[in-house]
Amino acid sequence: MSRLTQSLAQLFGRSPTKPDPAKFSEAAVRIHEEHRKRKSKAEVLAIHEAREAQAKNTFWRRRRWTVLISVNLFFVASSALHINALEGALTGSRFVGFHMADLNSALQVMLAFKQVLINLLIGTITIALIWWLLGGRTFCAWICPYHLLAEWAEILHLKLRAKGWAMDIKFDRGMRTWLWLIFAALAFISSYTVYETISPTGILSRALIYGPGLALIWVALILLFEIFFSRRAWCRYACPIGLTYGLVGATSPMKVQYHLEGCFHDGACRQVCLVPHALEITKPQRATETHLDIGADCTRCGRCVEVCPTQSLTFEFKGLGQKK
Amino acid sequence: MSIIKISRRKFLKSLAFGSAVVGAAILGIIPAIKGWVRKMRPPGALHEDQFLASCIKCGQCVQVCPVDAIKLADLTDGIGVGTPYIAARDQACDFSCDGLQCVLACPTGALTHEINYAHEAEMAVAKVVAPTRCLAAQGKGFKGFARGPEFDGKLRYNEIDRWNPIPLNEHPYDLESCDLCVRMCPIEIRISMCEAGTPPSGEERQCPPEHAIQMVSTGVSESGYTFLPEILDGCVGCGVCEMICPVDPPVIIMEAYPGSGRIF
Repeated sequence: MSRLTQSLAQLFGRSPTKPDPAKFSEAAVRIHEEHRKRKSKAEVLAIHEAREAQAKNTFWRRRRWTVLISVNLFFVASSALHINALEGALTGSRFVGFHMADLNSALQVMLAFKQVLINLLIGTITIALIWWLLGGRTFCAWICPYHLLAEWAEILHLKLRAKGWAMDIKFDRGMRTWLWLIFAALAFISSYTVYETISPTGILSRALIYGPGLALIWVALILLFEIFFSRRAWCRYACPIGLTYGLVGATSPMKVQYHLEGCFHDGACRQVCLVPHALEITKPQRATETHLDIGADCTRCGRCVEVCPTQSLTFEFKGLGQKK
Repeated sequence: MSIIKISRRKFLKSLAFGSAVVGAAILGIIPAIKGWVRKMRPPGALHEDQFLASCIKCGQCVQVCPVDAIKLADLTDGIGVGTPYIAARDQACDFSCDGLQCVLACPTGALTHEINYAHEAEMAVAKVVAPTRCLAAQGKGFKGFARGPEFDGKLRYNEIDRWNPIPLNEHPYDLESCDLCVRMCPIEIRISMCEAGTPPSGEERQCPPEHAIQMVSTGVSESGYTFLPEILDGCVGCGVCEMICPVDPPVIIMEAYPGSGRIF
């Protein structure tokens, strides 16, 4: 299986598997052998210290939250002050006149309506190109207002779980693919944009811009479910928008890249990750190359980049800069 | 516990979660599909079924409306979360933008770009539902603010300010026989402008071909001559007559077009 098909298969819900021993590059084999050597007590202690020191780093999170809040507030300000710079909401908008359409909303409309107006087509292609360039699910982590609320809910969830007051039910990640297919089929068969009724992204974006409504109760319910029963459940197992952007970003030049050499394999990255299966290659004896791109499900949120004590995960834009 | 049992459990849990999500989505749209509630859509709205299929729920129509007539539906409105509607009694569409800005703003064609002028809209059917309550029918005039001093709706008065609609509570009337519904009808206003040789925006094409509403004489009462509004073929259902009617509840109401109620 090529890296791309593997990345797509994982996006659709397949669990990562141990790679075929024959697939390892010589350099990777050498580093893995090096890493397998028993570490001295002092080395282990140093790893722990480095990890603790790095754990509180929120370099990317602060920047990301700033971008996410700014973009959403830009919508709000544009509407409230009538400056017509960014009209509409996240589902469909116009930036100084240029149409933009959320890919999943546009897909729902196209399947339900079975006609595509040129404005919608332009908006869809524009957004597809932008997010292909920026990494696909980058939309989730850097723009989606639900993602921000879910991150706050996650912080609470982890605190409660440490006290034993919350649990983390794991669902099959393939469910998101099924939901994507079901909502696409429902839109096509029923000719209604069924998913839009419950899209927390759309509901929140509109609530911010046009004022809150009772639809927020649905968003609150999902958040409560995540806080008490299942960590980041919506973004991990359900949201079809995430899958759509994941597909767009599968071949994106914007990646988080893993560098095997300095990695301690201590898993700090997987603990903070929304999609830890994408970081399975950071486990000992898993990376087949010395430098590997993280798969399509990665939201480019940068949590792993900022908590990694050895800078073994970095943002890379293909074609820019040198590989380390 | 064997691995198979665990994965079976996980499968059932996932099935329950997934079904809850799909169920919630379907529950959310059934009231809209079944048409349990009917609300006026903005000008140019396609037939309700097609409208629900094509609206992307972005609210760009809301943002461009100069009189803030368009609102987005909430979960409890039962017409599709995030879809636009007009509550004419609170704020009708008076076409004060002239160019049908909401239609131009709509990215998906849910508000069809096939219409360009006020008289081409078909938003609702106006109905005289309470002729006995009509002030003109009782031979009465009207003095004061049409909807009282607290009402915050607004309309455009061409002769005052062509570009900025003004609040109704800044525009008192003193009428011998109440004819507010005819006097303020955007279609009738356009027809008189055209007859005066000054069509809206100087465009002949803005001129409506048919009258929308007229006062019909019904006789004489103790207080004077009596009249009743009659809705004509040129009516587009914009709702201004419902909004301006000083009687509460109003004599004329807009009846929104129904959907087909089909699910598949």
